[in-house]
Amino acid sequence: MTDLYQSQRAMRNMRRAAMQRGVIAILDIGTSKIACLVLRFDGPSPVADDSLGPMAGQSSFRVIGAATTRSRGVRFGEISVMAETERAVRTAVQAAQKMANVRVDHVIACFSGAEPRSYGLAGEVELEDSVVTEQDVARVMAACDVPDIGYGREVLHAQPVNFALDHRTGLGDPRGQIGNRLATDMHLLSIDATVVQNILHCIHRCDLELAGLASSAYVSGMASLVEDEQELGAACIDMGGGSTGLSIFIKKHMIYSDAVRLGGDHVTSDISKGLMVPMAVAERIKTKHGGVHATGMDDREMIEVGGDSGDWEKDRRQVSRTELIGIMRPRVEEILEEVRERLDVAGFDSLPSQQIVLTGGASQIPGLDGLASRILGQRVRLGRPLRVQGLPQAATGAAFSSSVGLCLFAAHPQDEWWDFEIPAERYPARSLKRVVKWFRDNW
Amino acid sequence: MQPLTNRSLSAHRPPHLRRDPAPTKWAYRMQRLWLTPVFRVLFRFGLPTVVVALTAGVVLMDEGRRDAIAGGIAGLRETFQNRPEFMVGLVSVEGASTELADAVRARLNISLPQSSFDIDLDAARLRIQELDAVAQADLMVRAGGVLQVAITERVPVVLWRTEDGIEMLDATGHRVASLISRSDRPDLPLIAGEGADAATVEAMALLAAAKPIEDRLRGLVRIGDRRWDLILDRNQRILLPETKPVAAIERLIALHQANDLLGRDIFAVDLRTEHRPVLRLAPYAFNQLRQTQGIDTSGSDL
Repeated sequence: MTDLYQSQRAMRNMRRAAMQRGVIAILDIGTSKIACLVLRFDGPSPVADDSLGPMAGQSSFRVIGAATTRSRGVRFGEISVMAETERAVRTAVQAAQKMANVRVDHVIACFSGAEPRSYGLAGEVELEDSVVTEQDVARVMAACDVPDIGYGREVLHAQPVNFALDHRTGLGDPRGQIGNRLATDMHLLSIDATVVQNILHCIHRCDLELAGLASSAYVSGMASLVEDEQELGAACIDMGGGSTGLSIFIKKHMIYSDAVRLGGDHVTSDISKGLMVPMAVAERIKTKHGGVHATGMDDREMIEVGGDSGDWEKDRRQVSRTELIGIMRPRVEEILEEVRERLDVAGFDSLPSQQIVLTGGASQIPGLDGLASRILGQRVRLGRPLRVQGLPQAATGAAFSSSVGLCLFAAHPQDEWWDFEIPAERYPARSLKRVVKWFRDNW
Repeated sequence: MQPLTNRSLSAHRPPHLRRDPAPTKWAYRMQRLWLTPVFRVLFRFGLPTVVVALTAGVVLMDEGRRDAIAGGIAGLRETFQNRPEFMVGLVSVEGASTELADAVRARLNISLPQSSFDIDLDAARLRIQELDAVAQADLMVRAGGVLQVAITERVPVVLWRTEDGIEMLDATGHRVASLISRSDRPDLPLIAGEGADAATVEAMALLAAAKPIEDRLRGLVRIGDRRWDLILDRNQRILLPETKPVAAIERLIALHQANDLLGRDIFAVDLRTEHRPVLRLAPYAFNQLRQTQGIDTSGSDL
């Protein structure tokens, strides 16, 4: 864990360096597509009128390059064939660089797989002085009892979501406040270490430096949940190609995240198997004619399945849309049921507001919101990512919510555990500081 | 019957598989390198410079080749300069007397015909101007291969008698030519003495001031390279002061016109002290004066 802690600190420094150079790339490694956006940071742009409030950093950058490529060698949001994925990353990065006409060296990546698991941590500490200092915040986070996250797992996100000072809770920033006992609640997201290693290696092989790493469920929640949803409590369900991530937000902090290893690709593979067509044809049929609610009209809508076998009978097959929906619906239902289970486990019922936002490429199936509201709850909407400057029209759809969220993450990351000071007791290099502290305490 | 060949081939060709768009590792790296600003600048400006310098260096490394290039350029230059359009075949001297023109021609010393590129006009001009009689020379190559030399002669205004002979000087005191006899130029006034030529300007002013007694004037003598003596006929001598000699002459002329001073029997008028002109009488006049004053002398002239 210390390893990743150190490397996360290093990545933060690298992100700061990249911001100073003004150019950073974000890379969304998904199962069905790999998207690369090149961002240029040049301070907040002058806003024409005052109707826009101070946006959370999303006005400080501009997308100057965008490229998407079909993903290869990625399964369930994890790299399965390194060389193929490397080629796909290179394709996306090269095209984005070409569009931006600038060389990028730093990249912030997100991925959806690696079996994320959420833990809630709590820690409390007596204040030495009655005023909360940076050091006290560091100490209280160090005092959190770390659960056994298992062998071969690493911490991807560790964010303090709440601070409590004596009997007052819900403090965003306790520094400078008076009290006796400081307590914190921390959300920790652990992931499979080997997956991260693979991604690090893959990006390193593309001559890029990793300046940050994020869970795609988290960043797509940042992009597609509006401010009040993040504040009051909502779940973002990012339906990707190979896995479906879910993240629960409240008080603008992610408090839970999980992933279901099912996605749009499974629907495609069901169609492929059911209609005996290649995956590419199945994908085309799914996106063009797919749906989850069959009506009487759909019985009469015949879809040319096609084929390239040379056999006339096989190549002239037709299926009705009802049949297609009959194939797709059980799988979509299965995905949503799985998500429902995860939400139940997380205790989503007890949240004050139970808004559910569906986003991601697979959420574009017509009629999905109706089906989802029957399974997940009444308050379901389809989410599209926030608008950011310079984003091409083609990249504004629901499939790009994690890319856009990653832009926001790059511009304005939430404070994580490694962004805070290291407690003086654990910092051998600052022994002088400890000496000073000892003198101050004893004299 | 329809032809089968092309049609059947195209009909049964397998569907075109989309090429993998992924760049090779080297293509990717080259593109990134090309997007590096430093590299771009180096490639655009540094590389051509290096290539040109290297090529030039390799070509010029061989001594024979270097000589050949230099010789070729020199030959080309020679051919161009020796074209008939640029050849000068004639010298025309204008504004000079015949003797001076001959002297100028001799001094020019240019073998004709010659290309106008090879004639150093500045040097030739300096050579001509070394002639004393030439005040200014303008050289110009005119169309038709004529080297035109426009001469402004020095005009002699005064004669300077020295131990070696008589020289003619112009208004600035520069030598113009020698003269064998004074009678060759009776129209010019005469000056003498060491350093008289350097003070010619002052001498001319004095001569102008002495216009009223011009008929009696024989010349000016420079004394000690310091001041002038005006010599009149009958060996009369006017000693002029170092400073303001012209004013002294004007006073003298005023005295002369009032009292017919110079018509009297005096040797010299000493005007060196401004407030007190001193006369030196001739011996006879001196004795006469003494006798009128009742002073008897012992027959000496003094």
